[in-house]
Amino acid sequence: MTFISRFFGFWYDFIVGDDWFVAVGVVVLLAVAGALANANLHTTAWLVMPVGVVLVLAISLRRATTQ
Amino acid sequence: MPFLATGVVFLVLSSFLASTVEMVEALTIVLAVGVSRQWRSTLIGVAVALVALAAVVAALGPALALIPINALRVLVGALLLIFGLQWLRKAILRASGRVALHNEEAIYQRELAASLSADAVAPAGMDWYAFTLAFKGVFLEGLEVVFIVLTFGANAAADGTGSVQLAAVGAIIAAVLVTAVGAFVREPLSRVPENKMKFVVGAMLTTFGIFWGSEGVGVLWPGQDIAILAILAFVLVTALIGVRVLRERSQVPVSMHAAATTAK
Repeated sequence: MTFISRFFGFWYDFIVGDDWFVAVGVVVLLAVAGALANANLHTTAWLVMPVGVVLVLAISLRRATTQ
Repeated sequence: MPFLATGVVFLVLSSFLASTVEMVEALTIVLAVGVSRQWRSTLIGVAVALVALAAVVAALGPALALIPINALRVLVGALLLIFGLQWLRKAILRASGRVALHNEEAIYQRELAASLSADAVAPAGMDWYAFTLAFKGVFLEGLEVVFIVLTFGANAAADGTGSVQLAAVGAIIAAVLVTAVGAFVREPLSRVPENKMKFVVGAMLTTFGIFWGSEGVGVLWPGQDIAILAILAFVLVTALIGVRVLRERSQVPVSMHAAATTAK
C-alpha cells in the first residue's frame, strides 16, 4: 500500500467512518438548509436539519441491520 | 461617575454571560469526549486549541473580526454532525442488542494484566479522534468568546463606558468558573456506563453539529442558543425510539423461530 493510499484511507476512516451515507446525508442537508435560508424560508430551513438528521440516522440504521 | 460604574458593570456582566454560554458549549464537548474516549488526548486537544487561539489573537488582534466565522461553523458543524451520528448509530445498535456491548470488565482486566506484566508502563497512545473533537470545540467556541470580547469592548469604548480589557475581565471570570465546574463534574461523569455515555455524547455532538452547521449556512434558530436544548431533547427522544424499534424487530424473528422450534 502506498503512502498516498494510506493517507487518504486514514482520512476516509476518520471522517466518513462506518457508513458513507451519513457523511453524504449531512452535506446534502446542510446544502438544502443553506439554500432555504438564503431564500428567506427560515422556518423551513431550521426544520430541515433536525428532521433530516433523524431520517439520515434511521436510513443508516436500516442499512446496518439489513446488511 | 455612577453612569460609568453602571456601564462597566453592565459590560463585564454581558461579556461574562455571553462568554459563559460559549464556554459551557465547549466544556460539554470536552467532558463528553474525555469521559467516553481518553482524557489525555482530550486535554492535549484543549491545550493545543488554547495555544492556537492565543497565537491567532496575538497575530491578528482586532483584525480577527474579518475571519469568516460562518465558514468555520459550517466546517466544524458538519464534522461534529458526522462524528455524532456515527457514535449515536453505534450506541443505538449496541443498546438494541444488534451489536455486542463493550465488555468493560474484560477490557479492564486485560488492561490491568498488561500493566502488571510490564515493568515500565508505556503511556497510552494518542487518540486523534478525542484530540480533534476537543480541539475543534474549544477553538471554535474560544474564537466566539474572542469576538464577544472584541465587539462588546469596542462598542463600550466607542460609548466611553468601557474597554476591550474590561470585556476581557468578564470572559476571564467565565473561564475560571466554567473550568472549576468542569473539574468538579468530571469524576461523577466517569462512573456512567460506557455505552450510555456514548449514547449521550453522540446525541450531544449531533445536537451541536445541527446547530452550528445550520447557523453557518445562514439558518436562524428560534430562541438562538436556547434552541440547543430543544434540539438535544428531539435527538435523544428519536434515538431512544430507534433503540425501542430495533429491539422489537430483533425480538420478532427470535420468538417466531422459538415458536417454530417448539411446534416441531
